[in-house]
Amino acid sequence: MDTMTDAQHILEAPSAPRQTRLQQLWGLFRENRLAILGLIIFLFFLVFAVIGVILTSGQEPVFNPAMIRLQEKLLPPLTRPDIHTLQPDEIPALSVYLFGTDDLGRDVFARMLQGAWVSLTVGFVAVGISVLVGIFMGGIAGYFGQAMIRFDQIMVSCIMLGGAVLLALGETRTGIGILVAGHAYIFFSIFSKRLLSGRNLPRWFILLHRGAISIDTIIMRTVDIMLCFPTFFLILTVVALLPASMYNIMIVIGLTSWMGTTRFVRAEFLSLREQDFVTAAKALGVGNLRIIFRHMMPNAIGPVLVSSTIGIATAILTEAGLSFLGFGVPPPHATWGNILSDGKRFIFDAPWLTFIPGIAILIVVLCFNLFGEGLRDALNPKLRERG
Amino acid sequence: MLSFIGRSLIQKIVTLFFVSVVSFLIIHLAPGKPSQVDPMNPKFTPEMVERFQKEFHLDKPLYIQYLYFYRGLFTGKIVSWKDNRSVLAKIWERFLNSLPLFIVGTLLTWTLSFPVGIRSAIYRGGIYDRSATFISYLLISIPGFFFAYILIILVVTTLHVPVIGMETFGLRASSWGNMLMDRVWHLLIPSVLGATGGIAVLSRYVRSQMLEVEGQDYVRTARAKGLPPEQVHYKHALRNALLPFVTMFGLILPGLIGGSVIIESIFSWPGMGRMAYEAILARDYPIILTLNFIAAVLVLVGTFISDLLYLVVDPRIRL
Repeated sequence: MDTMTDAQHILEAPSAPRQTRLQQLWGLFRENRLAILGLIIFLFFLVFAVIGVILTSGQEPVFNPAMIRLQEKLLPPLTRPDIHTLQPDEIPALSVYLFGTDDLGRDVFARMLQGAWVSLTVGFVAVGISVLVGIFMGGIAGYFGQAMIRFDQIMVSCIMLGGAVLLALGETRTGIGILVAGHAYIFFSIFSKRLLSGRNLPRWFILLHRGAISIDTIIMRTVDIMLCFPTFFLILTVVALLPASMYNIMIVIGLTSWMGTTRFVRAEFLSLREQDFVTAAKALGVGNLRIIFRHMMPNAIGPVLVSSTIGIATAILTEAGLSFLGFGVPPPHATWGNILSDGKRFIFDAPWLTFIPGIAILIVVLCFNLFGEGLRDALNPKLRERG
Repeated sequence: MLSFIGRSLIQKIVTLFFVSVVSFLIIHLAPGKPSQVDPMNPKFTPEMVERFQKEFHLDKPLYIQYLYFYRGLFTGKIVSWKDNRSVLAKIWERFLNSLPLFIVGTLLTWTLSFPVGIRSAIYRGGIYDRSATFISYLLISIPGFFFAYILIILVVTTLHVPVIGMETFGLRASSWGNMLMDRVWHLLIPSVLGATGGIAVLSRYVRSQMLEVEGQDYVRTARAKGLPPEQVHYKHALRNALLPFVTMFGLILPGLIGGSVIIESIFSWPGMGRMAYEAILARDYPIILTLNFIAAVLVLVGTFISDLLYLVVDPRIRL
């Protein structure tokens, strides 16, 4: 038995790849010094944001970003507080204003700590939403794209949409009636194939069951429509009309930036679908969902990862811009954008109020951009073969 | 060719229709009403609100409002809710203010990014290429409003010139030359700011395009024939690398409206971006919707032009 396994071992050893794909990727990625720098800054920022949210929240935070000390206003960075004029609980935790104070005497370091979490979550949640929507839409368009939507399905969905609108407008009874009728038709159509097969059907019925438009067309036209909107203007409009909250901003940024991902995923899926391993999986009787998520998605995820890393950078910039214009997270909560926006009135007297958040945003956005570009190079098949 | 134009025109009109519906729904289904903008104002009596709603058809159902609005837009009769002036006239006025900013910004972008990108590609991996790469990442990553303040501090403290607004107030009586210089100074910083992002992105794109072409066989052949490097780079490589950029001319158009909101509000520049910002604050729906509609038209026209240019430039594409 022993010799047998040894022989097997020797036989199999040369054919197995020396490195896993992840190791190979890391090897290529490590050569890009700027990308490594980006990764390190990102990890540092992550730690800063997590510590920040722990230390600045709760009833009695270690760093209180909302503590107002009017006698200590507009102090430059690294000033020691005047201990004699302050109450014991007003003295900052490090007993030094690391980043100075703003026009209300609030500790800018504490506010930066609090704001880091906002930037981090806005970046990740917004991109998470856009990637989920993008993969979903792109996956459907790429994998099921050739399937046709029938006339009756379009009509039923229009009628049900009308019912929902009626319901929203207060016409409860009619609305519910239409919705129930729509659902009844859906149930009916699921079983109708078996019921109706072999019968002589009237012509209008067959016409209704003709395919009208392919799923791919619908999704890609929706992408075209979304691309027509000027993004920042649309985000600004929606955020201004909705009540101010962090979650609205994340959702709006996410829902206006999924089009790129959709196009990538669709293009990848269209080419992957024709490849042998997918045919093999289909021949083995693997289900559609398993083919999509287990076999195709890992092969299509590369460009999505790159674009979402750069998307995080864009989302952070957009949030900062919204905060700067006064549409961001509502005021008592600090964000890097609104620290800068508040500080711009004192730009000549207290330049640190502009420069500290500005440079912080710059560094974080830069690290995501560098990391994303490094990832793109590492994932580039032309470079991989050479390496 | 004709059938391509016809098909894409129909497709674009359908897209435009859906854009108009979606933007109308987004604006009108959002919580809050324009009549509630100023509830503390004692002049805003219920009778006033009712008259206001009647005047602008706000008491009608949504689809009637939609028809009223777009009929008004196409006949040019649509008026702003704020001051009852024609929306198209207002937008035209602001458009003329935005235009110099746009033109100077575009010129800066296109004239600066090509030399930078080409040089980066030719001296690939050198100190120039690496520093250009890093600087372009820096310019992509810097928040526009922060960069604006840095530039304002720099220019105001070193050159002592006014920069906010379109012109210095009360300079009408001054001489012609002074006024011109004043205009130029006011125009310079906002347009440089508008161009930075574009320069960074476009120069990276030029670089990668150029690198791709430089790796082709015919460039190696040209080099092997002993042609001087300038001729190889500029005659053989550059001409083919330029192909995708010709089509990008169409895609500049949408930049007329989008992207200038922050810069124009920092510099108090009375252009279209600032107008959009003010209209959003005041819930002036006709202006928001009209701007959105024009932006969508510009995007569609831009893609159409770039498709056509592709046809003209690339003989391999036949439709």
